Amino acid sequence: MITLIVNGKRSQVDAPADMPLLWVIREKLSLTGTKYGCGTALCGACTVHLNGQPVRACTTPLSAAAGKRITTIEGLSAKSDHPVQKAWIELDVPQCGFCQSGQIMSAAALLAKTPNPSDDDIDAAMTGNICRCGTYQRIRAGIHRAAQIKKGGA
Amino acid sequence: MPAAGTGRTALSRRTLLKGGLAVGTGLVVGFRLLPGGRQTALAQSAAFAPNQWISIDRDGLVTIINSVVEMGQGSITTMPAIVADELDTDLGKVKVVQAPANPKLYGNPVTGTQSYGGSRGVRDHLEMLRKAGAAAREMLKEAGAQEWGVPVSEVDTDLDTVIHKPTGRRLPYSALVDKAAKLPVPQNPPLKTPDKYRYMGKVMHRRDTPLKVNGSAVFGMDVVVPGMLIASIERCPVFGGKVKSFDATATKRIKGVKNVVQVTNGVAVVADSFWTAVRGREALKVVWDEGSEASVSSASIRQGYVDGAKETGQVARNDGDAEKAMAGGGKRVEAVYEVPFLEHACMEPMNATASVTATSCEIWAPTQSPGGTQSTGAKVSGLPVEKVIVNTTYLGGGFGRRGEQDFILDALETSKAVGAPVKVMWTRTDDLQHGFYRPSTYNVFKASLDAQSNPTAWWNRVVGPGILIQKGRAQAGTIDAAAMEGVRNMPYSIPNVRVEWVNRDYGIPIGFWRSVGPSQNGFIVESFVDEMAIAAGKDPVEFRRSLLGKAPRHKAVLELAADKANWGAPPPAGRGRGCAVMFSYGSYVAHVAEVSVAPDGKVRVHKLVGAIDAGFAVNPDQVKAQMEGGGIYALTALLYGAITIDKGRVQQSNFHDYPMLRINEAPVMETYILDSGQPAGGLGEPGVPTVAPAVCNAIYALTGKRIRSLPIQTDLLKKA
Repeated sequence: MITLIVNGKRSQVDAPADMPLLWVIREKLSLTGTKYGCGTALCGACTVHLNGQPVRACTTPLSAAAGKRITTIEGLSAKSDHPVQKAWIELDVPQCGFCQSGQIMSAAALLAKTPNPSDDDIDAAMTGNICRCGTYQRIRAGIHRAAQIKKGGA
Repeated sequence: MPAAGTGRTALSRRTLLKGGLAVGTGLVVGFRLLPGGRQTALAQSAAFAPNQWISIDRDGLVTIINSVVEMGQGSITTMPAIVADELDTDLGKVKVVQAPANPKLYGNPVTGTQSYGGSRGVRDHLEMLRKAGAAAREMLKEAGAQEWGVPVSEVDTDLDTVIHKPTGRRLPYSALVDKAAKLPVPQNPPLKTPDKYRYMGKVMHRRDTPLKVNGSAVFGMDVVVPGMLIASIERCPVFGGKVKSFDATATKRIKGVKNVVQVTNGVAVVADSFWTAVRGREALKVVWDEGSEASVSSASIRQGYVDGAKETGQVARNDGDAEKAMAGGGKRVEAVYEVPFLEHACMEPMNATASVTATSCEIWAPTQSPGGTQSTGAKVSGLPVEKVIVNTTYLGGGFGRRGEQDFILDALETSKAVGAPVKVMWTRTDDLQHGFYRPSTYNVFKASLDAQSNPTAWWNRVVGPGILIQKGRAQAGTIDAAAMEGVRNMPYSIPNVRVEWVNRDYGIPIGFWRSVGPSQNGFIVESFVDEMAIAAGKDPVEFRRSLLGKAPRHKAVLELAADKANWGAPPPAGRGRGCAVMFSYGSYVAHVAEVSVAPDGKVRVHKLVGAIDAGFAVNPDQVKAQMEGGGIYALTALLYGAITIDKGRVQQSNFHDYPMLRINEAPVMETYILDSGQPAGGLGEPGVPTVAPAVCNAIYALTGKRIRSLPIQTDLLKKA
């Protein structure tokens, strides 16, 4: 049994220590908002926060997450009211939406560290997240908008 | 629930039925407005269901069925809005339910199938859905008129309310549903004039965005069915190969592996988790009969095309006599263009969930073809097709790949073999290596210009496989229409035009891709036209304009894009501009690209200015979204996309060797919509074809180097 703290909730998980965190989250904890896209940390669809840092859950072994604070898309906010979520809704960023949990988790981590990111900051933080629908222009606009919302901008 | 399976909990047939939806009532005929106001099963709990698209209950809750699967293109928002506009109901309060598989009720009115591709959402459904909404509105008006004992001409509607104009009396729809249900359904109800549209043509926020920002949207991969197992299938690395034998001893020793079964597409390892199933595959020993494809490689295919190009093809178009005209002298332009195989790379790898028993068959899948899925279910289960229940989830990308049935077959056969519900999930490598690829082609062009640099002849021989023929949807020996899209109908007025097709198919599975034919043929045609413009010494936009006299809609979008891109003024220092224009899927698109090339040959696309005439933009913001998405899809193909074959195997395995464009490489994109008032055109695909040629033409304008083979080889552009 390994102890996980996911979205503030402590759980005991019966899974091999080398099982990627992604499959524990999706299949053992039934939190399916975190997606599988590549299995090799190349696409970012599985991005979650580990102690506040964005990590790729598909290559993070369960053992490395034990006892740490894990936040998934479901735990980002209680009412979908994180500034990034608000901005995404306002600008209709998603198309198919499959990559967007990962995009949002990467964007939220960026804003936590860099409240007013430049385009270069956005490139640096978001280049690990592929969007096959091609929503990049709206993702960029969404992050700038989220920064405004976070500052209390209308 | 806004779509089948948008809740977090397990999906079941009951979820759909509870949504007020059932199948197979047999009450619907013809264009599918119900006769006589009789109720469908859809309306068991609703008082008024004039057709299979709408029901209104006594509390006034309006439910609209969406048949076009949601794969990112916004269908779950746009399609119901069309109905709601004509029905004159508050779109914000409408409940939307995803249609079950039932092609008789919910099939595309143009194709007759319940399968979605070819950018057929708005353009094929607009008129029918408008009529469906308008018919219901007429019936509610009539009910109101009867209630008040006034002529219906004195009655109007205003957002879920019937009003008597002379007296101002008002009745909500909810108060009229029982009366309306007894009325005959008008077959040709009057439709709103555009000035009365409440939603169409205006900003409509996507219905699914809230679910896609908090993880609650349910994609195929997220389906959970009680008692479900998870499987992963080891497939023959060579196309068409078969299992000779397998040894699952080591696999079965892995904790969590439940079963190992042979299915059509390989050997399925069935387990309690995906990760365990994949570990099980790694321990599996399979002996394959690789079959005849094992000798095929990209080089052998290309050689076949080169040889094929020396043969006379089937003549797809023959205006005048191109060969005679070219023999008559003048300036000659000749070039060969090549494009590779491409995979779709949907962000959500292929998957499906099925539960097959002796008496039931239910499927949960991110499919572009609910109708095809139902048929596959019937074949595998042996049950009548109407007994097969299909729940369509959100699709994590479609792009044509999800119209195929292979991943559906996987789930059905595995479930049937193990006697339990099974979700079969593909790895990214499975997905890239076992696809249905956009065909590679080899294309020869020749043209001649007279002394005044006016084109006199255009000669084009396309060599490659045909999707429709390979799939058995067109007869071998005929000209494959899918291969000819964009070349046969190239729009330029040139007196002598000859287009030939040589069918060369070496067995690599091919399929529809986002803008399949037009994307590759747009690249070759619009690049070669640019070569002609350069040879003629003319400005590329002016040269095209001068040849588009019989193609006013092409001309209009080209002029709009050129104008918005400031074509007449020189580009910023160090940058080049190029243009392209194309008709595809019922719509006209032009792009102007602005690019720079680094000393190492790396291409940077700074800006794409696009113009689209899709007749009428029902949902303008989503038209823009599709142009933006199409632009990125096209750039990925142009800069990176290549599936190569060695010994019958795909050589690429994940995003490191089949890269996708990322945010740091994404250009600024502007989209301008030209509402021409013509019938609605497609939206998902038309944004793709003009991007690659516009960029390559810009590269030529900047560097004098012509890209004739994709993806771009940066070595060719390196500064010496």
